[in-house]
Amino acid sequence: MSSAVVSTSAALGRHFIFDGEEAAEVCPPPSGTAGVNEARPPQRFLPGDFSTGKKLAGVTPASQLGVRPAPEMVSSGVAAIDALTGGWPRGCLTEICGPASSGRTTLLLAALAAATRRGEFCAVVDANDALDAQSAAAADVALERLLWVRCGENSLRENSPRKNGQRADQPWKQVEQLLSATDMLLESGGFGMIVLDLADLPPQMARRIPLTTWFRFRRAVEHTSTVLLALERQFIAGSCSSLLIQLKSQGSRIKRVGDSKFPAPAHSQLLTEIEITAEVARSRLERKPARSAEVMFASKTAWAG
Amino acid sequence: MFACIFVPNFPVAAVLRAQPELRARAVAIFEGKPPMEKVFAVNESAGRIGIMAGMTKAQAELCSELTLCPRSPLQESAAHAALLDCAQSFSPCVEDAAADTAILDLAGMESLLGALPEIAQNLFRRAADLGLDANIAVASNPDAAVLAARGFSGVTVIPCGKESEALGSLPVDVLFAGENKSNEGTKKEDERQKESARLLETLDRWGVRHLRALAALPEIALSERLGQEGLRLRKLARGGASRTLVPVEAPAVFEEAVELEYPIVLLEPLAFLLNRLLEQICARLASRALNTQELRLMLELQNLAGAGQPPDFVGIPSESDETQSRRSPLGHAQSLPVADAFANDQRPTTNDASISSRQNKFCRNLRLPLPMLDAKLFLKLLQLDLNAHPPGAPIVKIHLAAEVARPRSAQGGLFLPPLPEPEKLELTLARIARRVGEARVGALELLDTHRAEAFRMKRFVAGITQESQSKNKSDTEKEESAVAALRMFRPPLRANVTLENGELARVLCPKKKEVQGSVLWKAGPWRSSGDWWEREAWARDEWDIALQSADGVVLCRLVHDLLGGGWFVEGTYD
Repeated sequence: MSSAVVSTSAALGRHFIFDGEEAAEVCPPPSGTAGVNEARPPQRFLPGDFSTGKKLAGVTPASQLGVRPAPEMVSSGVAAIDALTGGWPRGCLTEICGPASSGRTTLLLAALAAATRRGEFCAVVDANDALDAQSAAAADVALERLLWVRCGENSLRENSPRKNGQRADQPWKQVEQLLSATDMLLESGGFGMIVLDLADLPPQMARRIPLTTWFRFRRAVEHTSTVLLALERQFIAGSCSSLLIQLKSQGSRIKRVGDSKFPAPAHSQLLTEIEITAEVARSRLERKPARSAEVMFASKTAWAG
Repeated sequence: MFACIFVPNFPVAAVLRAQPELRARAVAIFEGKPPMEKVFAVNESAGRIGIMAGMTKAQAELCSELTLCPRSPLQESAAHAALLDCAQSFSPCVEDAAADTAILDLAGMESLLGALPEIAQNLFRRAADLGLDANIAVASNPDAAVLAARGFSGVTVIPCGKESEALGSLPVDVLFAGENKSNEGTKKEDERQKESARLLETLDRWGVRHLRALAALPEIALSERLGQEGLRLRKLARGGASRTLVPVEAPAVFEEAVELEYPIVLLEPLAFLLNRLLEQICARLASRALNTQELRLMLELQNLAGAGQPPDFVGIPSESDETQSRRSPLGHAQSLPVADAFANDQRPTTNDASISSRQNKFCRNLRLPLPMLDAKLFLKLLQLDLNAHPPGAPIVKIHLAAEVARPRSAQGGLFLPPLPEPEKLELTLARIARRVGEARVGALELLDTHRAEAFRMKRFVAGITQESQSKNKSDTEKEESAVAALRMFRPPLRANVTLENGELARVLCPKKKEVQGSVLWKAGPWRSSGDWWEREAWARDEWDIALQSADGVVLCRLVHDLLGGGWFVEGTYD
């Protein structure tokens, strides 16, 4: 079997360059160089050049093509998270994942509070209608700057008996509403933060969201100053997200009144704190964590004082 | 100097303003009670084919090229309002001389608006933008301007001192053109018409057919034969009459209406007509530098009482009404209805089509968060609303009114955070509301009660708001300590609670498998109650519990309804 090696010069119909020969200029001078008419000596490459790593003058390495400027980071509202990640990146998708009681909503409300304190308008697209107004107010979220989109049919209908499998499709209808509402909000623009709350959605349902949808969201928010957050149980956006935060609960702190020797009755106990661990699962941002990729912080209950 | 805007064939012009597609056709307007309907006014094309005012409708119908339209006082009123708006956009001193005539005082306007010919041309263009095919005339006194506008078509500018020369070629009929020609005039107007007819006949017998000849008549002889009226007419013919204008403050009423010959049942033609009405209203508002913050749409429906089930209005199927507030078993005040952008004045829900047929008016109000002026946006909002709340019967008349508001002014800043554009946001919210329900999108407002879920949804407005009062804690402290949040279950999950020795031991939620397990620890109960003086009193015990579930430890809020006796998991701390 014969094989042929076609070099670039041959493909371009030019003579091969041999040692000692002068060759005509092949490439036009790059823009910005002085003088169009100024002759530029041709580049001569020998087989040894590649092994020594000789750089090609005027040719941008592929690894640096399309370098994007680092996104602007905004405060997350929690000092520990800011130290870990630098905050939330604008114009990027950030996923916050964790099981129930891992602190996702706490982090969400802290982010909303920080954003509304900055004077920005925020939107929460809530797939399961789970936002608590009292918790938001306690977290100091400016409610007049928060748009709440409550997906799903009238909650009273959830208790109605199943009709021809309607309830089996109920979670997907909520997802469809969430996706279309998010599309519309991203198209409208002007929001400092848009949050997709999929925290209570079954993972198998959340995984049905196609990756093209996440890609579309990422592209829609790319050159804007909007922070796009997604709350989930598991990571589902794949490579579309720029920052992945995994949360875990490290337990809760209970305040007890009375002598600790004897078992305290329930009415003398008070939930005061929930300890949360946050870990950077993946980051496509240039800023890397200073020390470790994990940090612990505590969230106090509103009545803890 | 004074300018006059005159709309020839005003009843025809009013109808053509609402139906521009008829401009190229021969159109005649008829009025009267059947079968004695008579042609009242015709346009030029109809005049050329031999149709005249006074013919019966039956005679006019013999002409196949003719389009017959009923006289519409509503459209004439709207056209007259548009005429005044056009005039007032150029001068604050406007006289409402007649339904088809407006006179402006242009004193001092040249320094603002340019030379007189330029002002006249702009007036002509502005009137055309408002759908009026008007004649414009500028002269040194109001009466000369009126005569020139009635006699010459297009734009006429009479230099000072040349009035007699310019008006000389006009027929004497133009002196009486402003008389009320209605067939149903009052007795006084009838007498005036008779007097005018007598004067015209006299002048005709004398061979005076143009204003030049009338102006040349000797003053004393004319007064002896025709009296003071004759002198007045001579003065008008010479263009020397002088008087002050009686300015009128046009009411800020912006309404447009159209009556349909055939009832419409489709949304698409309705949208077409609404678009036309909206453009006219917006043009009139723009001419007076005003915006609107409320649109009122009134559709007159075909009265189908006694005709059985009315036909369905064909549009995009709407969502059923979800704005009813109901109570859950725990006494939760589930989100109260949105402070509606649309107030449904007279219409029941779409489910009550049989009742709606007996009421032949369908009203919708579109309240905007900020003053706006965008016809396309208004049309889209109205379309979305009509899709969600169709009228339920064919439409025979459309009436649209706009509430006037001053244009909004906002001072932007380089360092201020970006705001959503109000127009885009309003449309986005309307579209989202169509998907999820009107009561399920908006901003939160806490209610002053200790009842659980004490909040209501209100309209979301992305305007510049006052800084909310900050708490005592500094910003640094706020950032350092996040507040534990509760995720709600709506409605709350019914729970089966197992007690051991009177203590909570196990919780099982049949509808949510993740929220079940043995109780690791518990805090509570915290008792609260209220509204015992109301019909819907509530009383509950709250527990904060930790459940050992298959996925790990879940912190929940467990509620015991003391009145109903049930156990519910209200939410999880997350």
